[in-house]
Amino acid sequence: MCLAIPGQIVELYPDQPSAAMVDVVGVRRKVDLGLLQDNLPVKGDWVLIHVGFAMSKISEEDAIDQMRTLRMLGEAEAAMQEVEGYGLENVENPKPA
Amino acid sequence: MKFVDEFREPEVITRTAEEIKRLADPNRHYRIMEVCGGHTHAIYRFGLKDLLPSNIELIHGPGCPVCVLPMGRIDDGLAIAQGPDVIFAAFGDMMRVPGTQGSPLEHKARGMDVRIVYSPSDALKLAQLNPDKHVMFFAIGFETTAPSTALTLMRAKAQGTHNFSVFCNHVTIIPAIRAILDSPDMRLDAFIGPGHVSTVIGCRPYEWIATNENKPVAVSGFEPLDILQSIVMVLRQLKAEEAKIENQYKRVVPWEGNGAALRAMAEVFELRPYFEWRGLGFISQSALRIRDSYAEWDTEKRFEVPGVRVTDPKAAQCGEVLKGVLKPHQCKLFAKECTPEHPIGALMVSSEGSCAAYFNYEHRKTAMVTSIAMPA
Repeated sequence: MCLAIPGQIVELYPDQPSAAMVDVVGVRRKVDLGLLQDNLPVKGDWVLIHVGFAMSKISEEDAIDQMRTLRMLGEAEAAMQEVEGYGLENVENPKPA
Repeated sequence: MKFVDEFREPEVITRTAEEIKRLADPNRHYRIMEVCGGHTHAIYRFGLKDLLPSNIELIHGPGCPVCVLPMGRIDDGLAIAQGPDVIFAAFGDMMRVPGTQGSPLEHKARGMDVRIVYSPSDALKLAQLNPDKHVMFFAIGFETTAPSTALTLMRAKAQGTHNFSVFCNHVTIIPAIRAILDSPDMRLDAFIGPGHVSTVIGCRPYEWIATNENKPVAVSGFEPLDILQSIVMVLRQLKAEEAKIENQYKRVVPWEGNGAALRAMAEVFELRPYFEWRGLGFISQSALRIRDSYAEWDTEKRFEVPGVRVTDPKAAQCGEVLKGVLKPHQCKLFAKECTPEHPIGALMVSSEGSCAAYFNYEHRKTAMVTSIAMPA
């Protein structure tokens, strides 16, 4: 839950100013930008994501470092599972709790 | 212990560990608390203890959200979810946390509608997809997760989603640190400050620890080098008889925190007069509740909450471990009745819990060495 997952902003939506598509090691999911209203990211920026919300902008170098830290902590798999879970893609067939 | 050369920049790690040895006065015993459960996990995972001289003791702090939640709150949440047409939604971390009648996962096996969500906004979406049900989001966490819950509630109100509520168990880190410092059986020299909580609250809220309590704080990142550098920072301060707040995690933590996140929290939440923490007891103004302007989305105002108070299983010493008075392996149940597969206390459930971290790294290692040394 306290995982901070690095992702790159790959798409912004003019009609939904507080949503963005991020790419986390090849997995794409929508995240919420509501907590970065004071300093909105642009396409190509890197962010740290907590529970589906972008929380801080970071450099690309720090994003790579953060992914490596997650791997070293043995948390990379849990992080990817979390990202894949965003957006209730599996609602029709929810993963067993 | 992990081999140092597995780390990035192993020579810097070695140099930093040497610097720690140089700075530590051999005639002094240092007790440094890492507040955040993420740091506790990293310290065990990376075997950092083995890089430190024996007179530096790391004390594991209260920063593991599922660990500090008293069992009564889990029972309360599950009792509400027994009602007709209620969906119990929570993060995966909550699913195996034991309540008196079992964990949310065990309740699911008995027929309760329990769903894992990875974001509070997905709990809201779940409500919109199930208009004939009520979705209760069991919210836990420190200031890292509270802003996301707050924004979700603002969205629920704006979108007029009325079959959704939050059972708010959000807590705040500063009063917990104060309670630990006030505890008569606890003597600490310095703090490693939480990294991700500080992205939200910034560094200012720790200043009283330096000015009033005369203890150094280093807000730290999660890589092995981050943690070792933070230890260097506080040791330098102790040597110079200084106390100030240093930000080792500048690349992520702004000194002033995240204004938008703090505003969202202020819009939706207010401080509870007091809240019970496992192991630390009742701490005043240490938790958040939902403001009256959001009463419609507050589980505690929409439903009858039993208000269960449960004492932890007598033999389990979660409280002492949480306060840092006992090490995980000193609990009577550790690795016997209580294991990550069959947790009795919440500290054995979460990867951020010190008992799970100790079990997964220290205990398994010792067990392996013993079995090699003494073949059956």
